[in-house]
Amino acid sequence: MPQTLYDKLWNSHVVHVETDGTALLYIDRHLVHEVTSAQAYEGLRAAGRKPWRVESVVATADHNTPTTHWEEGLAGVRDPFAKLQIETLDANIRQFGAKVYFPYLDRQQGIVHVIGPEQGATLPGMTVVCGDSHTSTHGAFACLAHGIGTSEVEHVLATQCLVTKKMKNLRINVEGPLGRGVTAKDIVLAIIGRIGTAGATGYAIEFAGAAIRSLSMEGRMTVCNMAIEAGARAGMVAVDEVTIEYLRGRKFAPSGALWDQAVAYWRTLVSDPGAKFDREVPINAREIKPHVTWGTSPEMVVTVDDAVPDPDRENDAQRREAMERALSYMGLKPRTPITDIAIDKVFIGSCTNSRIEDLRAAAAVVRGRRVASNVKLALVVPGSGLVKQQAEREGLDRIFRDAGFEWREPGCSMCLGMNPDRLSAGERCASTSNRNFEGRQGPGGRTHLVSPVMAAAAAIAGHFVDIRRWS
Amino acid sequence: MEKFTVLNGLVAPLDRANVDTDQIIPKQYLASIKRTGFAGGLFADWRKDPGFVLNQPRYKGAQILLARKNFGCGSSREHAPWALIDYGFRSVIAPSYADIFFNNSYKNGLLPVVLTEAEVDRLFHECNAFPGFRLVIDLERQSVASTDGALVMRFEIDPFRKYCLVNGLDEIGLTLRHADKIREFEARRKAQYPWYF
Ligand code: SF4
Repeated sequence: MPQTLYDKLWNSHVVHVETDGTALLYIDRHLVHEVTSAQAYEGLRAAGRKPWRVESVVATADHNTPTTHWEEGLAGVRDPFAKLQIETLDANIRQFGAKVYFPYLDRQQGIVHVIGPEQGATLPGMTVVCGDSHTSTHGAFACLAHGIGTSEVEHVLATQCLVTKKMKNLRINVEGPLGRGVTAKDIVLAIIGRIGTAGATGYAIEFAGAAIRSLSMEGRMTVCNMAIEAGARAGMVAVDEVTIEYLRGRKFAPSGALWDQAVAYWRTLVSDPGAKFDREVPINAREIKPHVTWGTSPEMVVTVDDAVPDPDRENDAQRREAMERALSYMGLKPRTPITDIAIDKVFIGSCTNSRIEDLRAAAAVVRGRRVASNVKLALVVPGSGLVKQQAEREGLDRIFRDAGFEWREPGCSMCLGMNPDRLSAGERCASTSNRNFEGRQGPGGRTHLVSPVMAAAAAIAGHFVDIRRWS
Repeated sequence: MEKFTVLNGLVAPLDRANVDTDQIIPKQYLASIKRTGFAGGLFADWRKDPGFVLNQPRYKGAQILLARKNFGCGSSREHAPWALIDYGFRSVIAPSYADIFFNNSYKNGLLPVVLTEAEVDRLFHECNAFPGFRLVIDLERQSVASTDGALVMRFEIDPFRKYCLVNGLDEIGLTLRHADKIREFEARRKAQYPWYF
């Protein structure tokens, strides 16, 4: 019977199934970071258990690490709790081990979802888990990758398996060419705008179609990254030449005869013709425009040439109320054109958009210009040490600095504001991250999710602009 | 893990859809390396509003949280169920949940009950109308009932999850019963796809 990509990944990892369908799924790669692992290691220790396969663990500190004062070493971490979490991870890895660990201050440290792929530690056909919901990012490599909770982190450490049930198959076909200025971020925001933040709950999404195949691996990661914002624990893209070329020569990717053997297998990691999906959603790429969120949920999104919606025109009472609450939180008036919204801060970073391609695209927009005077802070936070070094080799840091941006050390940074990079109450931010929830980037902060080029242009103009008209 | 059999608890109504885990426990409260001590962070931003449901004396000591659809969406932080439990909740009732929150809840002995939108709506009305409104959640019988038994609703639950909750079983121990099978699987996979190891 023809199988979907998800079926293949699932079937090749099932160790045991209970009669009710609950399965033990074997885990190949376990990514560990400082915020969701401490309690898991504590649990192991309390029960006298050991990790099942240390070689599966790749660890880093990224969530609450500062992006400044690296020259001061650990003393540069001013927040005592962040410091405690960083030190606890150090101690846990020392005690329990890992295949590789990129601690705070390491030159290859970075956001866990950026370093896995760039190190070749994420490979097609793997199951990948991490105590972080944006683990879906790794699905871009035809992996079954999803976020897990801390109890599950402990469970995977102790048993190398995840207790889970099979999801349903959803294919989103993005067909046709993308317009100028329209990016992977706009594709995924358009999808979320269409199906809603719970639209894919219970499904594994396969992103397919010509527009997806035309994306680089960076772009595919951006799309899969936000599968969780569409409600799906996992998003994925089939293997093609782009996947294979990206992986060739990466540090932890196989080499020599093993590489050829692996590639032969990886080429089978596509949905078979005629495979059955429980649901299919067609999206016309030609119609996708640059997107900007206006509210406090990623589904509250419009295109840049549109305006803030009017709750009075919403018939559903619950939705109207949610819209009103969001507008009041965001300090926005209905029917304001998006391009009239002025911003206070700009954040280019996060596991959605902090890879080299994102930084190149943003730098191309700001080159030779200055950040607008009403913008108090414009931050560029590379996704990893390797991305940062590459960008510096290309002189991107200079372009950003000359324009008035701050160029920081890698980490999650203002994506979730667990480190000192935050919005103050009432501040409005054009952000390339993935969540615009109330207080996400700092208590009272107002987040608008956009692509890197849209964020860069907003920094220069001081308000949102239609990047398609940018020259 | 504490066993879950029958819960007779006061109900607190949280009348909002899409409550995300950033609201359940804002990130500034995640800075701990333990599993307890999160009660203070529960809905911390919303609790600054004196009118917020958990600030009302009539809901003091509530063990059941009544919520709207897509409860627990957003970040995978397990601190969300930890905070709910630490505050005293043993169960949430809603028409739907985000997947990760739903899973995390079971693993910590917090029962996420799914009822229909209409049933949940009915419970909101009852809860608002009767101060001190309590519900009896009987996991064995998979029912939610008013204390006088006038109102009875049934819910579905995975047999495996139910078994674990009712017996207060640790999932790791359960899985390790299959240790031989895991080892066999691993050996086979390693032979066939050595580059993953
Ligand atoms: S960058 Fe943001 S979304 Fe990504 S892992 Fe870090 S905190 Fe999570």
